Amino acid sequence: MSKEKKQHHEQLVRISKRDQMVFWKSWLVRLAAIVLALILCAFVIVLITGYNPLEVYSSMWSGTFGSARKVWLTLQKTAMLLCISLAVTPAYKMRFWNIGAEGQVLIGCLATAACMIYFGESMPPALLFPVMFLASVAAGAIWAMIPAVFRAKWGTNETLFTLMMNYVAMQLVSYFITFWENPAGSNSVGIINSMSKGGWLPELFGQKYLLNILIVAVLTVLMFIYLKYSKQGYELTVVGESENTARYIGINIKKVIIRTLLISGAICGIAGFMLVAGTDHTISTNTVGGMGFTAIMVSWLAKFNPIVMTLASFLLTFLSRGAGEIATALRLNQSVSDILTGIILFFIIGCEFFINYKVTFHFRARSHKKEVRE
Amino acid sequence: MAEKPVAIELKNITKHFGSVVANHQVCLKVHEGEILSILGENGSGKTTLMNMIAGIYYPDEGQIFVKGEEVSIRSPKDAFDLKIGMIHQHFKPVDVLSAAENIVLGLKEKGRYDLGRVTEEVRRISAKYNFEIDPTKKVYEMSVSEKQTIEIIKVLYRGAEVLILDEPTAVLTPQETQKLFAILRNMRDDGKAIIIITHKLNEVLSLADRVAVLRKGEYVDTIETAGANEAILAEMMVGKKVALNIARSEPKNTQDRLTVHSINCINREGVKVLNDISFTARAGEILGIAGIAGSGQRELLETIAGLQYINSGEIVYHDPKTGKDEDLCHKTPMQIRELGVRLSFVPEDRLGMGLVGNMDIVDNMMLRSYQKGHSMFLKRKDPRTLAQSIIEQLEVVTPSAATPVRRLSGGNVQKVLVGREIAASPTVIMAAYPARGLDINSSYTIYNLLSQQKENGVAVIFVGEDLDVLIELCDRILVLNSGRITGIVDARHVTKEEIGLLMTKTEESAANE
Repeated sequence: MSKEKKQHHEQLVRISKRDQMVFWKSWLVRLAAIVLALILCAFVIVLITGYNPLEVYSSMWSGTFGSARKVWLTLQKTAMLLCISLAVTPAYKMRFWNIGAEGQVLIGCLATAACMIYFGESMPPALLFPVMFLASVAAGAIWAMIPAVFRAKWGTNETLFTLMMNYVAMQLVSYFITFWENPAGSNSVGIINSMSKGGWLPELFGQKYLLNILIVAVLTVLMFIYLKYSKQGYELTVVGESENTARYIGINIKKVIIRTLLISGAICGIAGFMLVAGTDHTISTNTVGGMGFTAIMVSWLAKFNPIVMTLASFLLTFLSRGAGEIATALRLNQSVSDILTGIILFFIIGCEFFINYKVTFHFRARSHKKEVRE
Repeated sequence: MAEKPVAIELKNITKHFGSVVANHQVCLKVHEGEILSILGENGSGKTTLMNMIAGIYYPDEGQIFVKGEEVSIRSPKDAFDLKIGMIHQHFKPVDVLSAAENIVLGLKEKGRYDLGRVTEEVRRISAKYNFEIDPTKKVYEMSVSEKQTIEIIKVLYRGAEVLILDEPTAVLTPQETQKLFAILRNMRDDGKAIIIITHKLNEVLSLADRVAVLRKGEYVDTIETAGANEAILAEMMVGKKVALNIARSEPKNTQDRLTVHSINCINREGVKVLNDISFTARAGEILGIAGIAGSGQRELLETIAGLQYINSGEIVYHDPKTGKDEDLCHKTPMQIRELGVRLSFVPEDRLGMGLVGNMDIVDNMMLRSYQKGHSMFLKRKDPRTLAQSIIEQLEVVTPSAATPVRRLSGGNVQKVLVGREIAASPTVIMAAYPARGLDINSSYTIYNLLSQQKENGVAVIFVGEDLDVLIELCDRILVLNSGRITGIVDARHVTKEEIGLLMTKTEESAANE
């Protein structure tokens, strides 16, 4: 601790917590983060592939919006991701770590597929659709309720439990795929009722995906209202913020946990219903394709606000579809697009730091002070 | 008084947190061999200022001089190098280590593993200043006061010449406080500079040589304690004259409201936290509960509120309307409310139990009442009106009713909580340390609110730690000691020392058994 050493004064960088940032400013920061991410990605593209980054970006764009069909497909994917995100949100808002959405959706898919296979050609549509819908909602709800009951009654760890339930669902589906194999030996279910289209959700205005998108839009508004204005939404927020407070005012915590997970699982069931009856018309272990996990990111990224989740799920869909497009159109390895997605997500999540904290540099202030003193 | 050499001088220190100014242009001087007390209301920036001397924060503007030389303190290590040590309000020694081990923890010097030598050194320091500590005793066997002693010795061991103590007496009994003060005086006579942060005016007057007063982050003045009295200090702190007395009326129309009959309670660890507790709380009276922290106060209130399972005994509520007796044992808070028992409870843990920190004031107002009505949607209209009226009547400082309560200062958080509990027009109100961490003004606001409730015929149960306040505010005081009642005394004819004895008495006799 020499005297010279003590002459230098301030810390170079200081981090301090901000008060709430103005709404438009925080979105400006997020926008800047995306722009910066794209610039960094450009360097990476040039270094790794030698392609013109603009060319890569434009093919990402055209992969998402290139044609009317692609636009509809993007909207559909966004809607499905959003639907699952809506499903996990009440659970996460209650701080219940439900990472079993994948399995809950898949079991909903399975229920829908079963109804289509067994009743698709015998029941009238007016009866068939309600049956399919209820079956998948019940399946999803039960799948989510099992870990919830265990957590509420015996305090088991919901993270592990919900995760394991995913594998159970997956195994069940692969069992039924063999069971329903069509044609024999293909190891897949094939398009269910491909001739009669029994149990296929109807097209609206000639658009195959429109009905799905509308259902999700309604769900989004409902979830927003549920979380913000309903007593149940209030209760689950209190439980999530502090179980002690919930106990103190006499909320029945066990009941709230089970009820919330029933809702969460039911919406997962709806997602499964739409995936099978609305888009795929078949089932495989890959029908959900990891959306159950991506949805967690959407939910947290949007801070549990269903309206913001619309944006977040669109962004993630855009990235993954654009990444897929550059992989095929420019014959780049899929890993390159994964790298790009990773960089962009890193920036988006990282920019929250700058929204919550202020970073001040003291470089200039110091030299200025010295001048004054001399 | 001959000028002693200056140990630390602060010049124009300014510190912002976001848009909040914690300290604005504060100037301060401490001499060697002097006890300086920093006095100020909550949120006046006392701790922030001290943290800047201790290297936890760095000032935005201004200069710090140690022994006349300008320094830059960028970390606690820098502070130690300058022989400055701070004893924080909430200290966390490692439980499984001994006193001596805790003291050398984090040191990088050679020989720190030579525990024999360390123990010797600790003994030498203890003898010099009259500490009572066994260096080989494990921390988990220690009382709070002993743990605090460790923290002080830790700082001395590192050679501190300047000691900063942040509200050291908050956790001590009157006897322990006297001991601590004697030690601090010894250190002063040894030439150390001591800065002590405290709320308690009588402590300032009996201990410090000079008092520096801060108000809302600004430096007001420094005065000698010799010419000061409580009224002057309070006025400097608040900026206007404050009435430092609690309006205690004679209890009128008292009638039994709540009878607790020999309850026993064993907690999860199998420890008997409540042992054969019996008492009666009367309407129109304030029943104080005194005791060392952790003597069963929390458990007692929680059993009455229906939050804690009791193993035996009964709790009976005498309904003033129907005249019927209701049994409150083994009922949840919801069931108690459904019986028509209007029981309000201000728990010790405000943000962790009484309120939800991330919710705004309006939503916190709803906690008690949101279930009313059959609609599945929330009605925010009444809570909003309630929030507004509490903000106005209790002078809650907040940007708006839509501010999350965790952003409010401690005193304002408490006003929100107490305001809500009183707004429920209770017949019994239980308050655990309702003035803890609050400034003078807010504290007296709360005391007078409770007094008012008593005059309105509410049975008030008040758990407190400041014996002066208990004696001034309550009608009767129940003393708890390791889960037992050691006495129920008349607050008008009892002294602090008598209560202090009841608080500690059976601890020793229990140890002798």
